[in-house]
Amino acid sequence: MTATESRVEYEPVIGLEVHVELATATKLFCSCANEFGAEPNTNVCPVCLGLPGSLPVLNERAVEFALRVGEAFHFTVPASSIFHRKNYFYPDMPKNFQTSQFDQPICADGTLLVDGTPIGIERAHLEEDTGKSMHMGGSGRIHGADHSLVDYNRAGVPLMEIVSRPEIRSAEQARAYVSELRAVLEAIGVSDVKMEEGSMRVDANVSIRPVGREQFGTRAEIKNMNSLRSLGRAVAYEIERQRELLESGERVVQETRHWDENDGRTHSMRSKEEAFDYRFFPEPDLVPVAPTDALRAKVHAGMPELPAARRARLVEEWGINDHDAAVLVGDAGLAEYAEAAVVAGAPGKDVVNWVTGEVLGFLNETGLAVGALPLAPDGLAELVGLVAGGTISRSQAKDVLRECLQEPKRPKAVVAERGLAQVSDAGALGATIDEILAANAATVDEYRAGDDKVKKKKRGFLMGEAMKALRGQGNPQLLNQLLDEKLDA
Amino acid sequence: MATRITPEDVLHVANLARLALTEREVEEFTVQLGAILDHAADVEALDTEGVPPTAHPLPLVNVLRADVPRPGVDRDEILAAAPEAEQDRFRVPRILAEDEG
Repeated sequence: MTATESRVEYEPVIGLEVHVELATATKLFCSCANEFGAEPNTNVCPVCLGLPGSLPVLNERAVEFALRVGEAFHFTVPASSIFHRKNYFYPDMPKNFQTSQFDQPICADGTLLVDGTPIGIERAHLEEDTGKSMHMGGSGRIHGADHSLVDYNRAGVPLMEIVSRPEIRSAEQARAYVSELRAVLEAIGVSDVKMEEGSMRVDANVSIRPVGREQFGTRAEIKNMNSLRSLGRAVAYEIERQRELLESGERVVQETRHWDENDGRTHSMRSKEEAFDYRFFPEPDLVPVAPTDALRAKVHAGMPELPAARRARLVEEWGINDHDAAVLVGDAGLAEYAEAAVVAGAPGKDVVNWVTGEVLGFLNETGLAVGALPLAPDGLAELVGLVAGGTISRSQAKDVLRECLQEPKRPKAVVAERGLAQVSDAGALGATIDEILAANAATVDEYRAGDDKVKKKKRGFLMGEAMKALRGQGNPQLLNQLLDEKLDA
Repeated sequence: MATRITPEDVLHVANLARLALTEREVEEFTVQLGAILDHAADVEALDTEGVPPTAHPLPLVNVLRADVPRPGVDRDEILAAAPEAEQDRFRVPRILAEDEG
């Protein structure tokens, strides 16, 4: 490239494959418990271990969840859908095939609105998860390991694989897509969508092409991103890596790359690029799923409010801004918590200030879920009421809330216990001021004779004395007002 | 009769299925698999316009199970049936060959 040639502008093309574990009680094809963190190989049976002669039977709840996903992302749910065997040998799948869906998925052609832009979703299908391997010897990774140990508790856990169209154009948009997808999946109650625990896993297909060109560039598939933040970083890194390759006249290789959170780069998996031949064929042990009209109607009727609608409603009803609405609705249970506090009688705006401030801060600090907070939403409403009624100041309320978030105590009880209640009784405050004025008659005279500067100084002193006499618990607004009235009388 | 399948095809399929075949078996299966494909070709010759593909021979849909957990099998019993076990897990040989590392 010569200096006179203009630099080519590249456009990223990103497609995301998201796997979510469904929050059913049992596995997809057998009655073993679907449970995270159980003792190894305690939730296994002949079906999920692939023992000869065992027969899979589909979980009706998983079908219902798939229909909810269908509703939430405007998918077409065909009259009938079937399962296929995806054949491969890998020890995490003891049957030597994964039961999945191929050309007739349960959900086809959906869409998700991401910050106002519709992103197409090609399909969402049901499939079973694999077991978990521990690699022994070497560095603990699969490369260089001596042997591996397998736990099949996760084998057969229901997954939905949700495949976007390659319509995402930046790392930020990839992040926003997954964030919105996660919020929707959580709202419809089909998954606990924890990226850190692996109940939601994201793979990104990333390529770049010169702006204006129709044809896609060669893509790399990025794996191992276990938070929204890693997803954003990994995709941004990969776009930059590919741009540098193309700008220096090299080619992008089609391969799987592993994101390393520590060095902030993607690395080639370096395994032989085998052309996989999965030999998909219809699973003979399972009959087609044909959701009945009754089931479709039941799912449709039971759909909760989706995050986008909820954000719009909270902005409208509570007069909060879009950012606060997004924070509330984007976090597990936070919006429910706030709404419950409002139902208990507190104004939305006040509740949101506390929830997106102190409460969220506390949750982030401790890693607790909203549901685990010792303070029930009506307790937060009680706190809002104490501030609004002038019983405690906002800064006192912060301390009270802190205590109520740490241990199961009601705000009123903490206020009583600490003797925090502000004195807002005009009679009591007036009496205190009278005492102070009488005890400082000289100062009062100086005040009345003085200029503005002197007045200000003397008044400040008298106010301080009054507050001291009230041990800091006088309602400052009311105290100020009464002092003015008495001094200027 | 047209050759529908070659010995190379048979070896490829055997490899995918992790089967080690002798030379004689390769010959034998080349003939047998060819005959099966011939039969499929006979069926394929029929006019199936408007006939939906059959994924399953039974006229059944929606064989479903309630989402209620039941205890599985005893871990000690199942691990005792495995070739090797370690730390309550199934022990399996190295997954990637050395040259893949």
